[in-house]
Amino acid sequence: MGASFGRGGATGFLQDLQNADCIVIQGSNMAECHPVGFQWVMEAKARGARVIHVDPRFTRTSALADTHVPIRAGSDIVFLGAIINYIVSNEKYFHEYVLNYTNAANLVSKDFQDVDDLDGVFSGYDPQTGKYDTSSWAYDANDDEPAGDAGGQGDESEESASSRSAGHELGGHGAALEHTKVKRDETLQHPRCVFQVLKRHYARYTPELVQEVCGVTPEQLLDVCEAVTSNSGRERTTTWVYSVGWTHHTVGVQYIRGSAIIQLLLGNMGRPGGGILALRGHASIQGSTDIPTLYNLLPGYLPMPMVGTHDSLDEYVAQIASPDQKGFWTNARTYTVNLLKAWWGDAATAENDFAFDYLPKLSGDHGTYATVMSMLKDEIDGYFLLGQTPAVGSAHGRMQRLGLAHLKWLVVRDLNLIESATFWKDGPEIETGELRTEEIDTEVFFFPAAAHVEKDGTFTQTQRMLQWHHKAVEPPGDAQSELAFFYLLGQKLRQRLADSTDERDRPLLDLTWDYPVDEHGDPSAEAVLAEINGVHLTGEKAGVPLSTFNEMKPDGSTSGGCWIYAGVYADGVNQSARRKPGREQSWVAPEWGWAWPANRRILYNRAAADPDGKPWSERKAYVWWDSEQEKWTGHDVPDFELKKPPSYRPPEGAAGPAALRGDDPFIMQADGVGWLYAPTGLLDGPLPAHYEPQESPISNPMYSQQASPTREVFSRTDNYSNPSGDEPGAEVFPYVFTTYRLTEHHTAGGMSRWQPFLAELQPEFFCEVSPELARQRGLVNNGWATIITARTAVEARVLVTDRVVPLRAGGKEIHQIGLPYHWGIGGDAVVTGDSANDLLGVTLDPNVHIQESKVASCDIQPGRRPRGPALLDYVAAYRKRAGITLDTGNELRNLASGANGGSRSGGVKEGAS
Amino acid sequence: MSPQQSGFSETNLWDNLPGTKNGFSSTDPGGPAPDAGWEAPPSRKGFFTDTSICIGCKACEVACKTWNGVPEDGLDMLGSSYDNTGALGASTWRHVAFIEQRKPLGSQDTGVTITLPEPAPPPQVDLGMPAFGLPGAPGGGDERSEFRWLMSSDVCKHCTNAACLDVCPTGSLFRTEFGTVVVQEDICNGCGYCVPACPYGVIDRRIGEQGTKNVGIAQKCTLCYDRLGVDETPACAKACPTQSIQFGDVDELRERAAKRLETLHAGGLGEARLYGEDPNNGVGGTGAFFLLLDEPEVYGFPPDPIVTTADLPRMWKNAGMAAVGLLAAAVTVFAGRRP
Repeated sequence: MGASFGRGGATGFLQDLQNADCIVIQGSNMAECHPVGFQWVMEAKARGARVIHVDPRFTRTSALADTHVPIRAGSDIVFLGAIINYIVSNEKYFHEYVLNYTNAANLVSKDFQDVDDLDGVFSGYDPQTGKYDTSSWAYDANDDEPAGDAGGQGDESEESASSRSAGHELGGHGAALEHTKVKRDETLQHPRCVFQVLKRHYARYTPELVQEVCGVTPEQLLDVCEAVTSNSGRERTTTWVYSVGWTHHTVGVQYIRGSAIIQLLLGNMGRPGGGILALRGHASIQGSTDIPTLYNLLPGYLPMPMVGTHDSLDEYVAQIASPDQKGFWTNARTYTVNLLKAWWGDAATAENDFAFDYLPKLSGDHGTYATVMSMLKDEIDGYFLLGQTPAVGSAHGRMQRLGLAHLKWLVVRDLNLIESATFWKDGPEIETGELRTEEIDTEVFFFPAAAHVEKDGTFTQTQRMLQWHHKAVEPPGDAQSELAFFYLLGQKLRQRLADSTDERDRPLLDLTWDYPVDEHGDPSAEAVLAEINGVHLTGEKAGVPLSTFNEMKPDGSTSGGCWIYAGVYADGVNQSARRKPGREQSWVAPEWGWAWPANRRILYNRAAADPDGKPWSERKAYVWWDSEQEKWTGHDVPDFELKKPPSYRPPEGAAGPAALRGDDPFIMQADGVGWLYAPTGLLDGPLPAHYEPQESPISNPMYSQQASPTREVFSRTDNYSNPSGDEPGAEVFPYVFTTYRLTEHHTAGGMSRWQPFLAELQPEFFCEVSPELARQRGLVNNGWATIITARTAVEARVLVTDRVVPLRAGGKEIHQIGLPYHWGIGGDAVVTGDSANDLLGVTLDPNVHIQESKVASCDIQPGRRPRGPALLDYVAAYRKRAGITLDTGNELRNLASGANGGSRSGGVKEGAS
Repeated sequence: MSPQQSGFSETNLWDNLPGTKNGFSSTDPGGPAPDAGWEAPPSRKGFFTDTSICIGCKACEVACKTWNGVPEDGLDMLGSSYDNTGALGASTWRHVAFIEQRKPLGSQDTGVTITLPEPAPPPQVDLGMPAFGLPGAPGGGDERSEFRWLMSSDVCKHCTNAACLDVCPTGSLFRTEFGTVVVQEDICNGCGYCVPACPYGVIDRRIGEQGTKNVGIAQKCTLCYDRLGVDETPACAKACPTQSIQFGDVDELRERAAKRLETLHAGGLGEARLYGEDPNNGVGGTGAFFLLLDEPEVYGFPPDPIVTTADLPRMWKNAGMAAVGLLAAAVTVFAGRRP
């Protein structure tokens, strides 16, 4: 999302779904996992909208949709690519929108070569490192080609923009460009313009290919194509909805890019009933990326600085955005300085780079999977688990639990004694004999946590909206809020270090750590919100809360802990606590809670008006230019400078916001437009191209390259992969499985398996199989089955159901098995069971380091699994039968001549400890 | 069945029993509450459950148990689609049914004809039961092109003519001012007469270890009597995210249901129907009624329930006549013996 549009958040809001004329839900089980928001899909349906669900399984979402399209897990790029092909070939795109609001007319470098030219990789691929040099993907840098027309404004710098960007840091914003004097062809005919590159790239994505790869018939594809194109344009809009069914893949970012391209081509971005709704996994996941729990981000999507390359504030800021590019990211220095002032107050001065040195610097990948592998090497002493249970909820549960057993200490803060807190006495590895309680040196500290009704604070939910929750009751017993816990921990650490003269302790001692406390000693959450919002520090307005991030200054005269949240405490009022009922305000309901940025509910809403500022149609009017008052107005807060007229053209040499034209709606992008083609910012390609998952029963029919050449593989004896496609041994694991959630449980079950009212609704781990597969393998409904991968085997009760259908893809019958992942082995929950996540290996998307947990291959057999050490032998025998080695599945580059020629096994080779 | 056919409009001994005066004239505009002796009661309250928009989230089940303090009802997996609740009972006052059908609604034509091994032999004896397509039942790949998944949240019907209430010997079951039927747990003696009396199999005695709340006592939905008293929506309806469960005045809900049915019929769902709302049905109309997309049996509802005490008046009458006859005979006998 960040790479396509400039911000990493859902572009609209749930209530706006009611305005859609067509809703495509793909990679999401919205009715089950977001049941409250789903009411707006039902509202749209009641108003006549067409609802289409594309998913491997027929779920509770499918049950309420008009159409369910069963698809092979891991093949979505082909499906999306075929829709793009349909739109472009049949000229169904929204021409005026595409021309003005996307980079369709920009010319791409002559050096760019597509995957079809290079047998499955884009230009710039280095088979030794498994990474791209993305410089050849840039916009045209030469001026010896005739420019298309007057739109051509000059040349781009020869220096590639790619060196500035690192994909994993672009979760939240558009990538940097040197500047934006890009050559254009307004006729969209130049063979190297983005539009033509796109057209050629997707020409191979035909209905036949969809049938071959996705198992979807041409009729069904055409039905979807016609539905989305006939429900897009001036008068109508289509919304795309996705969630973790898309993100949990080695090519997950490119899935999302696929829908971004469709929505830009159809002109659905920034408009009511349009956009892409990224549904977040649970209550405040959006909040936990805005004010991140991610290792590589600082608040407000500022990247975490790197050791060596970001030794000064100047170096750091220069990497986020070139001062010559367009858009608001050129204010990165301001946002950074305000954050540093919020954290270190008076200790952050202009003289010391506002204490930039105090920020921790990254030395490499410290994502959750890299961290667990470090644990196994005894590189990590201690670990905090807060509302997270890797023993059940993370991919490859066995690796997680073995990693925890290497720690010296482990702090678990949770509502219940989750499996991550009890693995040392009743985890599965105790049963298999791999771990012995008396040999585990990990000291586990369990702190009971306060639930959300027992503490004040905000949730930032799926639509970027902050909603305040008030403490209703005191937490029971010793239970504490996160805020109280960390405030006290900080106080204790600071007391211990109070006399320290060591420079390394200054960041901790200089922190602003002085929040008012209530009679129970709990710090005020509202004071924290005020600090995040920001405040004027000097001048007439000293002490006055900021009302927008535009008031932030880079000179230390203002402070603010997260620039995108500036305004949530405007006028000293907790805006997130507003609860004006919907019936007392407009349908946009701007006075319910507060949404970032600046309380905008639909992002990029400048695009709801045509280049002249008029609504594309009365029916879809949302934000428009009021020529009498000379400002932007409408139903929402305009996502544009209020007074900048549509006719504005930047003067020569302008940069930053001033360089944005009056018709550049994507104000966070380096060139002000939506990116059909990403010239930089992504590590695995400028356009989505189909690759098979890490484990797949079929060979990639498009080229020799089987899986993503940039995926992150870990060739380890505790992380074997199943063979795929035509490789010998692939037939040992002939089935596809996908993991997911049920309405009745919450993720790894920490909040639901301890609740009898929830536990009884889905008491046992089960697998969903088709009647055809049940007969093939002798599985009996409500009996037992064992599911096996190269990692382990788990047992599950069997649900035989027509909701799972076999598909034909790659010339084979493809049977898919559904596995909800809520259960774990432990002694404390009301219901327990084997964990589906134990079946998964660790293979990651290169951009965001997300694991591929939505698709893998397996075998299934009737009956229960072996117990104790026999389980290890059972799985080892499977590996032997399939001929699995450390190299299996870990070749990054596959070439046509000889399966192994010129290939490299990627990742860090090492044995499991 | 009309009131005339079932003899409901006859005047008889039954009419004089408390709480049932004119009890069978369900068209009474005030609903059943005035008949139970309430003076100027509020309008009758009930549920309209529109199953066509139920997403099967079971929030109603959880909200009901949380509000009413109903205990967990067994941790068994039933292997029956996503339904691990099974049926209404003493510890389950809301139950969401899941029905998987090879009928069109959501199309999932894969265009693939899967070659199948020999199907299992058919059952030896045809019991004449309606076929629901049991999970795992044999079927050809060619039948896989049409599929739908029905979900429906069941609850006590709060009948106009409530047999449970009729048979309760202690007065524990009573008709509230809202026209609903509620058990008073401190009066119920656990006799269990109400259990077989209910034509829908809703009410049951709670089974459990000694010390379990209300063990042995008959239990069922109260339509959140305590919430109604303070003008609050019952917990299940409040929790329903799609407004599949709608709470309100029964008269108004009936109108809403009729409109919704028209819309669905116009949309081509010809099999959609209302269930329970008809004041002329065998229980005089229910306070909680449903919009179904198929026949009631598919959802586990009795197709044409009749209040089990319907025949009581005639039985009383016959018994009375018999008693009078016997008395007369006895009198005659004794009279005859007197010289």
